[in-house]
Amino acid sequence: MKTYYDPEDLKKFGKISDFQPELGKKFFDYYGSVFEEGALTAREKSLIALAVAHAIQCPYCIDAYTVDTMEKGCDEEQLMEAVHVAGAIRGGASLVHGVQMMNKYKDLSM
Amino acid sequence: MEVLTHKSLAAQGHEFSEADRQLQLLRDVGLTPFQENLKNSNLFPFRPVDLDIFQINVGKMCNQVCKHCHVDAGPDRKEIMTRETMQQCLDAIDKTNCSTVDLTGGAPEMNPDFRWFVEQVSAKGKKIIVRCNLTIIVANKKYNDLPEFFRKHNIEVVSSLPYFSAGKTDAQRGDGVFERSIKALMMLNKAGYGMEGTGLTLNLVYNPSGAFLPPEQSALEADFKRRLKQRYNIEFNALFAITNLPISRYLEYLVASDNYADYMEKLVSAYNPVAAKNAMCRNTISIGWDGYVYDCDFNQMLDLKVSVKQENQHVADLDMNALQERVISVHQHCYGCTAGAGSSCGGTTV
Ligand code: SF4
Ligand code: SF4
Repeated sequence: MKTYYDPEDLKKFGKISDFQPELGKKFFDYYGSVFEEGALTAREKSLIALAVAHAIQCPYCIDAYTVDTMEKGCDEEQLMEAVHVAGAIRGGASLVHGVQMMNKYKDLSM
Repeated sequence: MEVLTHKSLAAQGHEFSEADRQLQLLRDVGLTPFQENLKNSNLFPFRPVDLDIFQINVGKMCNQVCKHCHVDAGPDRKEIMTRETMQQCLDAIDKTNCSTVDLTGGAPEMNPDFRWFVEQVSAKGKKIIVRCNLTIIVANKKYNDLPEFFRKHNIEVVSSLPYFSAGKTDAQRGDGVFERSIKALMMLNKAGYGMEGTGLTLNLVYNPSGAFLPPEQSALEADFKRRLKQRYNIEFNALFAITNLPISRYLEYLVASDNYADYMEKLVSAYNPVAAKNAMCRNTISIGWDGYVYDCDFNQMLDLKVSVKQENQHVADLDMNALQERVISVHQHCYGCTAGAGSSCGGTTV
């Protein structure tokens, strides 16, 4: 079956450098540095990545960071809590715009 | 797919209880042969360094039937070492300069001659490690005094605990195992194990409950320490993070859950030459329940015996010089020891 997303494509991520090596290299160097242990632990970064993956709904990233968080010693509860963080921010981001709607409503009302 | 089994593969007559069938599958997956990587790392042929650890598997009998068990151990396995073979091991130990005797199983404590054997080894002044699955301590009244027995012989206790919560632990090791393990850990702590200043070492072993690689060992150890202390007031010395090798019941799990190909690919791509150089088979030999000699406990389960001049080596007539000159039998399962930070009975190797 042909689909837009193919799990096998995730393994080919590095190939984006084939069409533009210089920018590709810069990106992957940067990417590597971002996920190194720093002021945040590698595990904290991995959980953030998992939450962001859900916020942007990227199936590749969801696969990759489910494995990565598991390999950083997280359990299912921690993974799901990270997803709820994404859900809460996304939901909150919609709802906080309710204030804008209310403002406009009030502007237009007697 | 959920793999539910309370019987050993051997008792089920499963194809993966046959070493040949496992080796064939490992060969068939078509990835870079392990030997080739060793060649590129200038480690081929793979040879031992000085022998340090004399590991003895005193039998496949166990009170548990963990899903990942590379021994295919369980209550239905009756193959255990006799006192006669134990005596041959004791004589063989005298021919070596090993510092450590490492006792494993199954549940080694279930061998009726276990305590006698420990006493004999202890009299030789060697460091003794016992790979205790924890639940055996609370399995029956007659085992309740094991912490005291271990303490008396200053044994280092190494115990599996896949996670600091029940879910992951029980998924791998069986219902109720976590709770019983915690009880046993408390008994070990009470005897002084893992407690500061006692000199009694209690190390825990983590291995992934699924088809993924272990986390970085020191970060996980810190987590285990914090969580076990907070929740249960349990203390221990070190945590060993071990990679599951694709053999026996873990292999069966990988195949049945359709994770086999990806897992092998992951292991191969994580090959680390430093981990290969430090593989435990280089300073260890492993004796099977029937006295045959192997490079490691994994080769033992794959029936890859150490042979010298086409003769399978038996502990009764151990030729130490020939043993030091041998070439270690390697196969695709060895990638489990060389992935990432490496893996051995003592945790990471890099
Ligand atoms: S992993 Fe250890 S405790 Fe579990 S069945 Fe195998 S020998 Fe027994
Ligand atoms: S499985 Fe590991 S310990 Fe055994 S021979 Fe292979 S590399 Fe050595």
